[in-house]
Amino acid sequence: MYIKNLSLVNFKNFEEADLKFSANLNCFIGNNGAGKTNLMDAIFYLSFCKSFISSIDGLNIMHDQDFFVIHGRYHRLENEENIYCGLKRGQKKHFKRNKKEYKKLSEHIGLLPLIIVTPSDMNLILGGSDERRRFLDSIISQYDQVYLDNLIRYNRALLQRNKLLKQFAADRFYSEESLEVWSDQMVHYGKLIHEKRVEYLQKLQPIFQHYYELISSGKERIEMVHESKLYDHDFAELLKESIPKDRLLQYTSVGIHKDDILFNLGDYPIKKIGSQGQKKTYLVALKLAQFDFIKDLSGMTPILLLDDIFDKLDKYRVEQIVKLVADDHFGQIFITDTNREHLDQMIEEIEADFKIFQVNDGTVNEVTK
Amino acid sequence: MITEKFPSRLLENAVNEFAKLPGIGRKTSLRLVLHLLKQEKSEVELFGNSLIQLRTEIKHCKVCYNISDSETCNICSNPNRNSEEVCIVENIKDVMAIENTQQFSGLYHVLGGIISPMDGVGPSDLEINSLIERVKSGEVKEVVLALSTTMEGDTTNFYIYKKLKDLNVKISTLARGVSIGDELEYADEITLGRSIKNRLDFESTLSQ
Repeated sequence: MYIKNLSLVNFKNFEEADLKFSANLNCFIGNNGAGKTNLMDAIFYLSFCKSFISSIDGLNIMHDQDFFVIHGRYHRLENEENIYCGLKRGQKKHFKRNKKEYKKLSEHIGLLPLIIVTPSDMNLILGGSDERRRFLDSIISQYDQVYLDNLIRYNRALLQRNKLLKQFAADRFYSEESLEVWSDQMVHYGKLIHEKRVEYLQKLQPIFQHYYELISSGKERIEMVHESKLYDHDFAELLKESIPKDRLLQYTSVGIHKDDILFNLGDYPIKKIGSQGQKKTYLVALKLAQFDFIKDLSGMTPILLLDDIFDKLDKYRVEQIVKLVADDHFGQIFITDTNREHLDQMIEEIEADFKIFQVNDGTVNEVTK
Repeated sequence: MITEKFPSRLLENAVNEFAKLPGIGRKTSLRLVLHLLKQEKSEVELFGNSLIQLRTEIKHCKVCYNISDSETCNICSNPNRNSEEVCIVENIKDVMAIENTQQFSGLYHVLGGIISPMDGVGPSDLEINSLIERVKSGEVKEVVLALSTTMEGDTTNFYIYKKLKDLNVKISTLARGVSIGDELEYADEITLGRSIKNRLDFESTLSQ
């Protein structure tokens, strides 16, 4: 699957742009603030109905303008797909597939699989456990509706249980059986979620290891450890035991909402001991593993967006990534960089078709080879 | 809070009262009050009296807790209805919905809500104890749980089930699956998945 054309009107710093892409490699070159990442964002938008930079849609409209339009033509499973996204200030966002408007945006997500690697992904390593849970949950729920539904129901039960704990404290009253019905619901859905997380992580681990070894030439040993009390305790028992503690804290202190995934380098957490470059390598390997996983599940080769990927990496690792990505295992790729050095190097490796675009302050021009 | 200047206190009072109703803002409220002012006095009296009568004379059926004009509602006092089957619903709107299907000949038990700590509703705020008493008295053979399929509905079902399971009564719940007249490709995955898992013996569907 790949995107053939992209046209923009008033999207961020692009008043108007019309781009024809290569089905293989596309590079955006330009200085800081030229708009390279904004082009990536536009492509991301057409897959996920939102920006990966700003959660407020209105901020993506060019300043002093009233609307933006992103329009993309895709080649998908031997068919052409026209995806249109338009937003007028203060109005609902319109999303159309082949001129037919979607009733729910969620119907669109998953149609055009896409993986992005950006510098802000670093939060996955540096941030709290919720970032890592969300990463895991979002991948599983993309292709497992039942998982998503179970997760929503679990969170709902958790919310109600916490509210009840607060009421008990406020009213100086306690009813075991009222609490129990919510615990039972959490146990039911929590166990299902736990099984899926275990299953998915087991699948992801070897792919992840493989990519990390390729990039770092196998010098470092890595590991992803799923930390959950449900491995060696019965969830129902755990909830029961934690009742006195939960009543004091006025929230539920145990459950799959407290799971974490430890990213280790050797035997130590990479968050604490990893260098910037090692963390970056870790992230890239994680994202490429996710790429493989989604490729398998969806039966389509996702588009790969690599935003500022070479920053902080040594020459050897850059070369490895270039080699890896040049492989025809990956389909259409977009890369941003501030200079041509890496790209020329990459192009030497690649036999397939490529296009280079020079981005300057809101204008894009294809560089002739 | 009040930005408008009303020429009359009476008018202002009436507007304030209407604005307390759900879905009515101050503008709509004023429009309704001015409309009433234009009507015949007798019309408005009828309107006001019907509201007062509603509030003072309405009763809750002492058997099923449905809204009623008499001590026992006309469903519970109907001798043709099967008092061995009792359908548990959240409120009177659900009674009306099931009655409209004309497929159920048993009686009801109206809970008056579902368990939801976020809305401040616990089991003791609902007619659950009266349900247990009703089942204990022995006449009820089957309880049909007919609550909404939300997390809160499921939890309330579950709570009632735990309370009743040791009593000698059959507990059933509404079937969940693809709605009639639906095309399969448009059914959502959760519902369709559930329907496949809980598939039915074909012969049993013929009689319906």
